[in-house]
Amino acid sequence: MRTMEKTSSTTAPAIASGEEIRDFKVNKAPQAELDELKRRILATRWPEKEPVDDQTQGVPLATMKALADYWATEYDWRKVEAKLNSYPNFITNVDGLDIHFIHVRSKHPNALPLLVTHGWPGSIIEQLKIIGPLTDPTAYGGNAEDAFDVVIPSIPGYGYSEKPSTTGWGPSRIAYAWVTLMKRIGYEKFFAQGGDWGGLITDIMAVQSPDNILGMATNFPCTVPIEINNAAFGGAPAPDGLSEEEKKAYDQLVFSYKHVSYALIMGSRPQTLLATADSPVGLATIFLDHDQRSLTLISRIFAGHTEGLTRDDVLDNITLCWLTNTAVSGYRIYWENKHAFVAPLGVNVPVVVSAFPDELYQAPRTWAEKAYPKMIYYKKHNKGGHFAAWEQPELLVNDIRAGFKSIR
Amino acid sequence: MKQAAKAPGRKEVSKESIRTFNNVTVPQAELDDMKRRIAATRFPEKETVNDTSQGVPLATVEAIAHYWGTSYDWRKVETKLNAYPNYITEIDGLDIHFIHVRSKNKNALPIIITHGWPGSIIHQLKLIEPLTIPAAHGGTAADAFDVVIPSIPGYGFSGKPITNGWGPERIARAWVILMKRLGYKKFLAQGGDWGAIITEIMAAQSPNDVLGIHTNMAGAVPPEIDAAAFSGAPAPSGLSAEELEAYERLSFTYKNVYYAYYMGSRPQTLVGLTDSPVGLAVFMMDFEPRYRALISRTFSGIPEGITRDDFLDNATLFWLTNTAVSAARLYWENKVPFFRPKGITIPVAVSVFPDELYEPPRNWAAHAYPNLIYYNKVCKGGHFANWEQPALFTEELRKAFRSLRKQAE
Repeated sequence: MRTMEKTSSTTAPAIASGEEIRDFKVNKAPQAELDELKRRILATRWPEKEPVDDQTQGVPLATMKALADYWATEYDWRKVEAKLNSYPNFITNVDGLDIHFIHVRSKHPNALPLLVTHGWPGSIIEQLKIIGPLTDPTAYGGNAEDAFDVVIPSIPGYGYSEKPSTTGWGPSRIAYAWVTLMKRIGYEKFFAQGGDWGGLITDIMAVQSPDNILGMATNFPCTVPIEINNAAFGGAPAPDGLSEEEKKAYDQLVFSYKHVSYALIMGSRPQTLLATADSPVGLATIFLDHDQRSLTLISRIFAGHTEGLTRDDVLDNITLCWLTNTAVSGYRIYWENKHAFVAPLGVNVPVVVSAFPDELYQAPRTWAEKAYPKMIYYKKHNKGGHFAAWEQPELLVNDIRAGFKSIR
Repeated sequence: MKQAAKAPGRKEVSKESIRTFNNVTVPQAELDDMKRRIAATRFPEKETVNDTSQGVPLATVEAIAHYWGTSYDWRKVETKLNAYPNYITEIDGLDIHFIHVRSKNKNALPIIITHGWPGSIIHQLKLIEPLTIPAAHGGTAADAFDVVIPSIPGYGFSGKPITNGWGPERIARAWVILMKRLGYKKFLAQGGDWGAIITEIMAAQSPNDVLGIHTNMAGAVPPEIDAAAFSGAPAPSGLSAEELEAYERLSFTYKNVYYAYYMGSRPQTLVGLTDSPVGLAVFMMDFEPRYRALISRTFSGIPEGITRDDFLDNATLFWLTNTAVSAARLYWENKVPFFRPKGITIPVAVSVFPDELYEPPRNWAAHAYPNLIYYNKVCKGGHFANWEQPALFTEELRKAFRSLRKQAE
């Protein structure tokens, strides 16, 4: 990996203005903190087994015990530190807050800049698998003309970015900060991609700063017509006139809305979820239960059927949140947000849509065309879920390559 | 305290026997472990606001943890609990714990009093003497009750269901069996929160067994108004000023009980609450904004009604019995709208406390309960009025059932 040209290695820290771009290395977590994490995992006080034989009451006790056992006895955080430090990491102060990001330039001269944003319960860990294929396509089954320079920031309150100490850091402000970040690196115009909060932040950025966004890609498309979204949120029967595909998406949405009460409590009482800052297994449990399909996937992994994600993938992300004590600061974006999650925002730049079947809903092409009048690519996948970059990196990379080809 | 007439000898081991349960003693190692966990609490950063709009403020959490970890004494609670006649009996396959105190007064009426979430028998202790020995507590012998205070399945010292189905209906049926087993063919019932819902369902299911009920959380909201409030719609037209206020309180409530939806859909995902005592206490404290404000004031040195020990007695009982998740499961089991009328035809008494989730207007109550025998707006008190304002609450219960006593004579 090359380091970037604009680092502030020549700037002495003493005269730092905050706006320079500083090199960042993930410090080795003190062994005492890792020991303490292990001690807490082993000392977990468990509830009784759920009185059902399915996942209708949340994460089954057996899944959590399998996770805790692996986490405390075999899991190795040091590997993650080494992996993260194999990439060029930086920090710069944007709008008063230190923002951490990974920035990898491609060796290919025609590489285009791409900003990739994670969501909840996520982090930069979700995006690591796509760095190589995007920046070094010839080593990963692609062509030199598919190359991207990749910027992967940590959302404020997540991972190694600073935790806001004042209100206002909702998706809109983050989207403005991302544009500032990209310009500071030297990218006046760039591509952007995201899922979950990253999807919403990317959509908002495209609306707020269309002159800076060459095109955007999303695996969490905001396409649900507002009246359909309202009906689904209220749990109403499907409106008349939906196609079979739209009806299926509607039913998925109704189901999803009934299973995201965590989002409501994070949106109204983030500070009250203190238990997840104090209990690593409690944190892991809430992370596993993002949505039913993700829970099913991850439960299978801890039952020994690895697919897409590994146990280490899952625990790398959770351990990062634990060690940075960002459980509550991570929830707070739900409190800050005022946008509907999946309703169209009026994006008018070129859009690439990846519709995965195990997403909260699989966006039909008809809705996507309406929500994104300049949609240049739409791909309906037959496998993959909410964490596409993490779970199906090849499929997502193919969409990004193929999607943006026409506007390179 | 007298022992219950039916308290069995040790040799009687029938499942349905009533076993004495009078030695609550937690091993010192468990108390030490709790204290160690409290002291080792890993806190989040301070909230980014200067109010409670993000939940329980960090400073309040730290004050709770400090007092709990250094000054609080659980052994006092054990002494207090063991001073009452406690029993366990198996009903419908589950061990049910209850306190049963008979009055010395012959005309005492039996009453079963049911707690809610985040509650336990701790909420009801202040009522026991005033109800069973009224003459010593500002009442007359004619106001006496025999008191039965059970722990809901999954709460406190009752068994935790290991199969599903233990919703309010089944609990209400179990309560009738319990009262009959104690020798009470007909009885009164009282409750707030889940206790109110269980009590109302019991009144609807078993009208021949229940003489009358008293509720401090009335299910009296007309269904169409409840649906509108739930969806956050603007107030329907044609409401009186009093109804409008109730509507607005209800709308506000529905936006402030997301914890209930969470427990109702993902109780097993709340493992953090069984693993973190301070996390549990904070979650229990954020039941609703007025209660949270009351407890916050208590921990900043302005106690009113509920003391620091009161609050922590209840939280510690949850912790030591490891019932955070089993208690949350009641929300998952429930299929009944909280505040809608449940088709009760027997006599109903309603006390309306100003800081309850909503104040049901008299006309809603009269409509929901065709046999409304008592309705009163009390000057002070909130959702846990029995715990917070026991004197006012006791007086309400005495007045509420006076007319039924006359009929009984």
